[in-house]
Amino acid sequence: MPGTDSLATNRRRQTLLIAAFAIAYGLLAMFVEHSYYLLILAVVPVWAVMGLAWNLLSGYSGFVSFGHAAFFGLGAYFVALAQIHWGLSPWFGIPCAALVGALAGLVVGIPTFRLRGHYFALAMLAYPLALLYVFEWLGYQELALPMQREHAFAYMQFEDHRIYVWLALALMIGAMVLTSLVERSRFGMSLVAIREDEAAAEAAGIRTLAWKLKAITLSGALAGGAGGFYAVVLLVVTPPAVFGMLVSAQALIVAMFGGVGTLWGPVIGAMVLVPLSEFLHAKLGNIIPGIQGVVYGVAIVAVILLAPEGVFWRVKDIVLRRRVQKPPVAGGTSAIAAALPPARERNPDSTIVFEVRNASKAFGGLKAVRDVSVQVMRGEILGIIGPNGAGKTTLFNLLNGFIRPDQGQILLEGKDIVGKRPYEICAAGVGRTFQVVRPFRRMSVLENVVVGAYVNAATDSLARAAAEEALAQVGLQGESQQLAGALTNKQLRLLEIARALAGKPRLLLLDETLAGLGAGEVEEVIAVVRKLAAQGITIVIIEHTMQAMVRLVDRFVVLNEGALLAQGLPEAITRDTAVIDAYLGKRWRAANA
Amino acid sequence: MAQFTENFLQALIAGLLTGSIYGLMCVGLSVIFGVMRVINFAHGDFMMLGMYVAYYAFGVLGVHAVFGATLGPYVAALIAGPVIFLAGVLVHRLLISKVTGMRGSALQSEGHYAQLILTLGLALILQNGGLYLFGSTPVSISTPLASNAWALGPLYGDRIEVFINQGQTVAAAIAAVVVLAFVMIMSRSRLGKSLRAAADNPEAATYMGIDVAQSHRLAFGFGVAITAVGGGLLASGTSFQPYVGLEYVIVMYAGVVLGGLGSVSGAFLGGLTIGLVQQMSTLFLPNQLQNTAIFVVFLFIVLLRPQGLFGTAMRRT
Repeated sequence: MPGTDSLATNRRRQTLLIAAFAIAYGLLAMFVEHSYYLLILAVVPVWAVMGLAWNLLSGYSGFVSFGHAAFFGLGAYFVALAQIHWGLSPWFGIPCAALVGALAGLVVGIPTFRLRGHYFALAMLAYPLALLYVFEWLGYQELALPMQREHAFAYMQFEDHRIYVWLALALMIGAMVLTSLVERSRFGMSLVAIREDEAAAEAAGIRTLAWKLKAITLSGALAGGAGGFYAVVLLVVTPPAVFGMLVSAQALIVAMFGGVGTLWGPVIGAMVLVPLSEFLHAKLGNIIPGIQGVVYGVAIVAVILLAPEGVFWRVKDIVLRRRVQKPPVAGGTSAIAAALPPARERNPDSTIVFEVRNASKAFGGLKAVRDVSVQVMRGEILGIIGPNGAGKTTLFNLLNGFIRPDQGQILLEGKDIVGKRPYEICAAGVGRTFQVVRPFRRMSVLENVVVGAYVNAATDSLARAAAEEALAQVGLQGESQQLAGALTNKQLRLLEIARALAGKPRLLLLDETLAGLGAGEVEEVIAVVRKLAAQGITIVIIEHTMQAMVRLVDRFVVLNEGALLAQGLPEAITRDTAVIDAYLGKRWRAANA
Repeated sequence: MAQFTENFLQALIAGLLTGSIYGLMCVGLSVIFGVMRVINFAHGDFMMLGMYVAYYAFGVLGVHAVFGATLGPYVAALIAGPVIFLAGVLVHRLLISKVTGMRGSALQSEGHYAQLILTLGLALILQNGGLYLFGSTPVSISTPLASNAWALGPLYGDRIEVFINQGQTVAAAIAAVVVLAFVMIMSRSRLGKSLRAAADNPEAATYMGIDVAQSHRLAFGFGVAITAVGGGLLASGTSFQPYVGLEYVIVMYAGVVLGGLGSVSGAFLGGLTIGLVQQMSTLFLPNQLQNTAIFVVFLFIVLLRPQGLFGTAMRRT
């Protein structure tokens, strides 16, 4: 397990790598004379920045944007118009262009993040295309930056084109440093968690909308700055050149080519594809017009067919899956279970921590929950049982804020929480797991749990410590570096518990945590649940089978067809005729009477 | 007032006529989404190919000589259908099938992005390859009907007179007939049923002995072919170049989303509405902003009612 030391080493190595790359690229410009090649050297970092901008939003968060040209174009036009009308030098214009891009990102993000998947991608496509026609209509078909021969330096107009290369390089290094800061922090981790499973991230306490808005704002700033610099290098701005489809596509393609969601991916993509397409354009452009577009098109088709997740992820998966599963730590969970007192010896007090009052929820004509009232006492293990379709999971979704009840109140420690977002409820001390496990499959076990820890950790190192503790509690410390996607069903169930636990909840909602486990595995998970209860965490657990539950819980609540059927101690519930009828039918009772 | 009424009626008629061709194009896109759950970014570019097929069929291949200048453009438009069908089937077999269908669902959400980005790459290749093959000079199919109009009126005491373009009217009628024929095929025939089964539940359809991969291939072929016919019909009214697809891809998505993704009749109504929006916008906005009006309407639709005006809400958790 890499400790904090090796993390620091990684960072140092990363910084050195970036510095070495910057020096090499900067030196390369020293030996190039030809102004066309220098132009290419200056343009490559611009597209790398665009790729990094795209990657910051789409690569990490998974919200694919087809509209980064909107930010790029606004930045380019801002620099050009500000110099023409106000005499503003690009030295100030480019930072302002980044602000314009950031603002545009925020303005676009607020409405557009209501959408997901395809709809988000398509809506993003519409923004630059709409702007393209607006700028043509405004009469800006071709804007040239005015030449300033007397104040060349003050207006970023250099005789020596190498200076453009170095400026572009500086811009790119800035974007890389920014990306690497984001990548390592809870910002980046939260975005990746959103990409892997947005609902699970929100339930684990991640403020998804806030992170997404931050990402698109930062991404817009980078793209706006890149656009502003591009205007200075090319000296002419036209709507198709800055708002066109190829701009958005190029941002996406350089990032995907090199590797999505990585620092170096967009840089590698730009280094390969931009010179290639420029070179072919120069050699064959007059015979084959549009060769640039074809190069990008072929590149992206090839990447999708050969390595759809990008080369970087492919390699990472292979490397991490290969790590052999380590033997379980001596002692294991069963030993801990033996040492623990059985559940019944604890003394749940009579304070109500969580209460549902007359809650109802209908989906169209289906009444999933009908006028249900349930109280959860501090420190107890409450089992919610009922046949399939009884409304158990819907009740959990009401409790953790995934859905709003049509009627009724939900009180957490006396406060009404109806209408609160899942991350707020998580922050208030309610953790949950899912009936069908929802791990962040491409993150390591430790990272999964770290994401769950952020909600209650002031710093990233505290989050890491909380995550390691939670993993130890469920007995997964030996698997912490494995990818979550490679775990067994039992390990995934424990991982979800650990992820919920890392946020230091006072109340845990476990949704069919025992489903699909073998007999021995059930015992292991039950031992973990008992241990948590012994530490004073209140637990509500859903199951549709009673067997294992009878030995685990203090009290049962039985749901049937969305309504409360019975509640009480396990002994009473197992003999309750209404419960038996609901499970087995009246005939069974008659036959066995 | 009379002037505005005249302009309004003129825009209404123009909107309905172009709208029904848009409707046809939207139906093509919607078939692909409905059956395959694939968003085809290159759809506008297949339409562009359809336009050029019609153009060359009319001029070089002698449709003009055989059917004459009046009937010829429509025959040429219909020829674009089968040609682009074959192109679509080929593209599906070689590229799209690698990331969709059963394989795509194994990739889950990444599968969706994979196909979206694959079709983006395809769009770039078709647009820019088209530039090489067809050149950048805008062309169009000339037909005498396009410059002839029926006059409606004078109405209300000589003050209002509305013209109905003959070429557009015939094109709109053909579009409506093709849509109707396709709806019949989908609802009645064995082929339509197996396509719908494959759309509804690919796995169950496989167990029922339906070749889902083949259904997808056919759906993709039909989808691009229908849109290509729409493009062919447009080609006799407007000039076009290899980048024309991009302008229409948003038009088509706006229509399809408006009608509810996956619904064939909804898509036609959606396309019709978009045609109306486009033409009506000229009453209030400069001509250059026609497309901006469509994009704005499109954004409003996806933001306010992503399930479409005619669709029903469906959420999956």
